[in-house]
Amino acid sequence: MGLFTELKDSISRATDRLFSEQEPKRIGIYGPPNAGKTTLANRIARDWTGDAVGAESHIPHETRRARRKEDVEIERNGKTVTIDIVDTPGVTTKVDYEEFTDEMDKDDAVRRSREATEGVAEAMHWLREDVDGVIYVLDSAEDPITQVNTMLIGIIESRDLPVLIFANKIDLDESSVKRIEDAFPQHKTVPLSAKEGENMDEVYDNIAEYFG
Amino acid sequence: MPEATGTDDIDGVQIDLISGQRMDGMASMEKIRMILDGVHDGNIVILEEGLTPDEESKLIEVTMAEISPDEFNGIEIETYPKSGPSDSSLLGRIMGNDESTAKLTVIGPANQIETLHKDETLISALVSRN
Ligand SMILES: Nc1nc2c(ncn2[C@@H]2O[C@H](COP(=O)(O)OP(=O)(O)OP(=O)(O)O)[C@@H](O)[C@H]2O)c(=O)[nH]1
Ligand SMILES: [Mg+2]
Repeated sequence: MGLFTELKDSISRATDRLFSEQEPKRIGIYGPPNAGKTTLANRIARDWTGDAVGAESHIPHETRRARRKEDVEIERNGKTVTIDIVDTPGVTTKVDYEEFTDEMDKDDAVRRSREATEGVAEAMHWLREDVDGVIYVLDSAEDPITQVNTMLIGIIESRDLPVLIFANKIDLDESSVKRIEDAFPQHKTVPLSAKEGENMDEVYDNIAEYFG
Repeated sequence: MPEATGTDDIDGVQIDLISGQRMDGMASMEKIRMILDGVHDGNIVILEEGLTPDEESKLIEVTMAEISPDEFNGIEIETYPKSGPSDSSLLGRIMGNDESTAKLTVIGPANQIETLHKDETLISALVSRN
């Protein structure tokens, strides 16, 4: 494509967006630490834009800043749904640096925990002001009834945000999707494995339906 | 006045039980300040009527800002009555679907309330009082 056509193209894309009725909805990916939020965000971004969002790790609080991937265009049944995805740090009410000292030295552990606390505060702020919908990611191999999950879902409901619950890690033997469905019967639960890419069609169908 | 205060014994735990009536007259940030001041002092704070979702969200945010290595790890928070997984009506109450339902809320320093967890009789005493 010539420079000129490319320019024209991008100007018309920009004006399209300017004059389209809606900005892309900003969808926050929330959930407790280590649930697989970044793995999911990366999979969505890779599937539809070709690049990734952030680092994944078995050590909790890997994500310590909310990260946004803009204009993710998801195609479903001939229609295109455009969303911004925001990968957020796992929410908790406590952070103890000693949790990380097995994996790193004390200075790094202290830094990680300080960044984690700032990140959680930032994530709460986004939730109150800057997101239009929420994907709540849970590790389906763990008990979903925790105070943090209950509080967070309550906060999301009180803001009247559309919410989907993602029961992640269904590839694990201990996974129980039913336990999550029973815990939050008022919301739609979608089973998946973000890591293995299982059930992603249903994931995208639901994203298009709920946030399109 | 349903407010109980423990002693200041070195190995004692102070419990602040704060009535709904007292909370009614307070602004959100005043409530959060009162809770976290108590928790910083090592107290267990019990709210007769709990917090709104918005206040809970701010409580998490302010708690995060105050965490500091070797001094303060954050909070443990529990609401009662706790539901079983299949009891959706009870869960609905905890989830705050019914705003009028008071939910007894226990908040304590994260490094101490674990002891409270293990103390089955203390938890059952709380539940039966509600
Ligand atoms: N078995 C399995 N593991 C997964 C799956 N999704 C993520 N994981 C693993 O779970 C761990 C945490 O994944 P992350 O994506 O970093 O989790 P997170 O929710 O972003 O965590 P924080 O950023 O720390 O809050 C990593 O070791 C992932 O490889 C899954 O579907 N199945
Ligand atoms: Mg992450």
